[in-house]
Amino acid sequence: MSVDFDILVDKVRFNYNGVEIIRGLDLAVECGAFHGLLGPNGSGKTTLVKLLSGVLKPASGRIEVFGEVSDSISLRKLAQKIAVVPQGSHIAFPFTALEIVLMGRAPHLGGLSLEGAGDIEIAREAMEMTGTWEFRNRTMEQLSGGEAQRVIVARALTQQPQILILDEPTVFLDIKHQIELMELLSDLNRNRGLTILAVSHDLNLTSRYIKRATLISDGVARAEGPPAQVLTSENIFDVFGARVEIFKIGGRMGILPVERIL
Amino acid sequence: MRKPLTAGRWVITIAVLAVLCAVAIAAAISVGTTPVKPWDFWSSIGTEEHIWIARILDYRMRRAILAALIGAGLATAGGGFQAILRNPLAEPYLLGVMGGGAFGAVFVMAFDITGMGVRPLAAFIGSALSMALVWIIARGGKSGPRAHSLILAGVIVNAFFAGIIMFATSVLGTGKVKSFLFWMMGDLASERGPGWLIFVGLYVVLGLVLILPLSRDYNLLALGEDSARQLGVEVGRVKMLTYIGACIITAACVSVAGLIGFVGLIVPHTIRLALGPDHRLLLPACVLGGAFFLLVCDTAARSLFPVTEIPIGAVTAFFGGPFFLWLLRRRGAGIFSERS
Repeated sequence: MSVDFDILVDKVRFNYNGVEIIRGLDLAVECGAFHGLLGPNGSGKTTLVKLLSGVLKPASGRIEVFGEVSDSISLRKLAQKIAVVPQGSHIAFPFTALEIVLMGRAPHLGGLSLEGAGDIEIAREAMEMTGTWEFRNRTMEQLSGGEAQRVIVARALTQQPQILILDEPTVFLDIKHQIELMELLSDLNRNRGLTILAVSHDLNLTSRYIKRATLISDGVARAEGPPAQVLTSENIFDVFGARVEIFKIGGRMGILPVERIL
Repeated sequence: MRKPLTAGRWVITIAVLAVLCAVAIAAAISVGTTPVKPWDFWSSIGTEEHIWIARILDYRMRRAILAALIGAGLATAGGGFQAILRNPLAEPYLLGVMGGGAFGAVFVMAFDITGMGVRPLAAFIGSALSMALVWIIARGGKSGPRAHSLILAGVIVNAFFAGIIMFATSVLGTGKVKSFLFWMMGDLASERGPGWLIFVGLYVVLGLVLILPLSRDYNLLALGEDSARQLGVEVGRVKMLTYIGACIITAACVSVAGLIGFVGLIVPHTIRLALGPDHRLLLPACVLGGAFFLLVCDTAARSLFPVTEIPIGAVTAFFGGPFFLWLLRRRGAGIFSERS
């Protein structure tokens, strides 16, 4: 029952119809951390996000959120603490960007009450931070993939969570918006104490911003620690099967592919 | 340029729709092949014609209330199905829920199991079973059936039950189970006794009470089921309540008026185009808009041609078929590939 950790994952296992995706995974996300969850495609990252946000229940093991076993927390309570930015999402009806962002207030509003001026203010702030306020009245169909992704990030921020989990948040973004989003996350983490868990397979971009990294493959955590210690060419070869060289450029890390082996 | 929903806009929109409904009810009572107007009731007091006029007005009044209840129910049930299936083509008729309900009703009538509550109950069981059947037939991978499989399965289940109903009506005769035309084309002309009105009213209200409070959850479901859960929605509960509510409504409507298709398709979609997709306004607007739509259709059905009455289901299908095709073309093939 440590309070120093916002999220504690203890020997969690999970399977889809008998196919084991998460095989005894341990993870500790410190309070106020900017934590990166790095691993190849199919390593179980997205499944882990669903487990952490209560969408899926572990087959065994336990997940604690703020010292409370997550199984015993209602989805609504969990949604007041954890916001998730999923990997690309399709919106079923022609909601406008602002309407989507305001949906982030749902866990905080009772019954059928409409969002008030205060809620719209929170949404406006989040949309200005993500540069989406200008297309607040457009439907998601009228936005590019990257713009829509930033709207979803604004929606998650409007939830005013203590923990923000992002699943491949930069996939649909161009380089400028990738950097802007990571800078924004970094800023929220430093100045507002928001705990961030960013799932990614983009090692270069992510390692530039995160303060702690966990490498996962085949549903197990392989290494955890500061990015410079975790992202070694040996670890990356073990986990991704790719041969890379690690450069140090002015105190920054750079990961460059050498050749692919097997 | 649509602004987020405010209380003011909600109240004004609902008030306007309520006035439209009231006008439609007044029109339904005033219009008919016999030139009798509501005010004739008072002006004829004391004359020989009074009883006759009162009887006509009473008939029209009950029929208007029935049309309003059924329209309100079917439109809202359609809106609910569309929300949980995340697809604007879902509708009680196209999903096969109505066919199953009609089968349930015909079944108890064929075996002489009578009583006021029995037929709607049997229709409910029939509706629920056919929904489950459609779901099983259309079941896809782990992310659920695709919309086109659901609609195809629904149409096939409808056709299957239509076959059974045809068999029952031709073997047993219309004295027992009503005509095949009644079941397949919808009929608001018969069975409008006060008992039935109360029954349909209770069922429809019960269904609405189950569905309308889920409006916010329906909005969140538009983001996808996982995202909805991550925003606190108990998705399984919402879907279950919706299925139950929509099946209750459909069952009541079918057991008193046969199959009336496309109301649940036309009304929610038109309102979504006009007012936007926020279910907190969309669904209450469906209640009133559905009532308005079916009142207009029914008034047209019984007064357009002096010699005969057009079955109400034929009128809604006349509008609904082309509407479905237009929707399909407008949204393109993508509408069918969306997973529910």
